[in-house]
Amino acid sequence: MTTARFWRDNQTRYNLMATRCGNCGKVTFPPRNVCPVCHRKSMGKMKRFQLNGEGEVYSFTVVHEAPSAFEMQKPYVLAMIRMDEGVMLTAQLIDVEAADVKIGMKVKATIRKIGEEGPGGIIHYGYKFTPF
Amino acid sequence: MDVGIVSYGAYIPRFRITPQDIGRVWGSDGDAMSKGLMIYSKSVPAPDEDVVTISVEAARSMMRRCDVSPKDIGALYVGSESHPYAVKPTGTIVAEAIGASPNLTVADLEFACKAGTAGIQMCMGLVGSGMIKYGVAIGADTSQGAPGDPLEFSASAGGGAYLIGSEKVIAKINGTYSYTTDTPDFWRREGEPYPSHGGRFTGEPAYFKHVTSCAKGTMDRMGTKPTDYTHAVFHQPNGKFPTRVAKMLGFSDEQIKLGLLTPYIGNTYSGAVPLGLASVLDHARPGDRIFAVAYGSGAGCDGFDITVTDEIASYRRDAGPTVAQMIERKKMIDYATYAKYRGKIRMKEGGQ
Ligand SMILES: [Zn+2]
Repeated sequence: MTTARFWRDNQTRYNLMATRCGNCGKVTFPPRNVCPVCHRKSMGKMKRFQLNGEGEVYSFTVVHEAPSAFEMQKPYVLAMIRMDEGVMLTAQLIDVEAADVKIGMKVKATIRKIGEEGPGGIIHYGYKFTPF
Repeated sequence: MDVGIVSYGAYIPRFRITPQDIGRVWGSDGDAMSKGLMIYSKSVPAPDEDVVTISVEAARSMMRRCDVSPKDIGALYVGSESHPYAVKPTGTIVAEAIGASPNLTVADLEFACKAGTAGIQMCMGLVGSGMIKYGVAIGADTSQGAPGDPLEFSASAGGGAYLIGSEKVIAKINGTYSYTTDTPDFWRREGEPYPSHGGRFTGEPAYFKHVTSCAKGTMDRMGTKPTDYTHAVFHQPNGKFPTRVAKMLGFSDEQIKLGLLTPYIGNTYSGAVPLGLASVLDHARPGDRIFAVAYGSGAGCDGFDITVTDEIASYRRDAGPTVAQMIERKKMIDYATYAKYRGKIRMKEGGQ
């Protein structure tokens, strides 16, 4: 990924910025300009807000064959998390052993390094989740 | 105007390694090192943690504990000797991650282990002069000692964040005094992965001379004596130095107990006094008087005289983890895992 593309999403990745449709109330993450339900009726009514960072594990998998950027952390847990606001997102679970992860487990967002463009490149930071 | 601490937050990584495990690898006596340094374990950052993530964690905890809007923060300083970038300030990322951008001034500070307290002094000046409403000062490090070097037994990771202001102050800073000289006890040149130190030179002419001079200078100016303080926090490169310097100055073991964390988490460098002070504030009651002296190699000291106010009674400490909770929340690792996490094993490009 390019530095610029990552940079544009910093607010989303650092602070879990989402959008709420002013017409039907649907929450979308990452933020969208148009509601996937109301389409044109939502134009100009999409409000940006910050998710509270809390949710629960909806499903998870243990990754043993990691991409090179995650080589250091394998095996690691990748989870689908249902946020308190109702949206679902996928993120790494940290500070927990794979054997201790349970569906329905309460988790909260934290910030960690999520990658870097080589030793001389930009470091990317973003959300990961940790148990309460 | 009363200037002081409006809120604070702390962060300590979860992994720990013992001096015994380190000594076993290098053929040195880990038990003797542990006893000599008074360190039973040290914190180790995860491979995805660095000074940015530690600073953000501490700062977010600080913001959760108070009702201050991040938009009212006019300055943010991060003091560290392990900023992830040589050029590109840690503070820019921290400010964005706590929602304080873009209307504020940001700078990264360096003064070995006292850059965080230097940030507190800068914020005090800006708040006291009315230039800003609130300032944030963070001290955080992920320090490394060269493999096999005595520093490897102590160099650890952690950080503390302080919101400085003049409204709803939970701890008033009565005064601050610094003592600075040109003393080459510890240094690292640009591009070098590990620091160098003057061996025996680090004790008497560096740490002890500066800490005692700054402590005496602070008490002289404030008209106080050691018995006036409920708690005292000294820079703690190991457990022995602060214990000895406290005794030399006339402070009791009881006074330094809450702020002495190095025996359990190692030397967190720029995080040391900020974390020790956070531990004291976790337990402090209205009227408690706190004495703190940070030390940075090179060399200098920042002394602080602090009085806890009635505001602490309604302060939301529970909104963030306490230092004691983070010391308890630990996972022990062996030297091989530690070496892998700390980048001491050469990898093909792309791993982190
Ligand atoms: Zn809609």
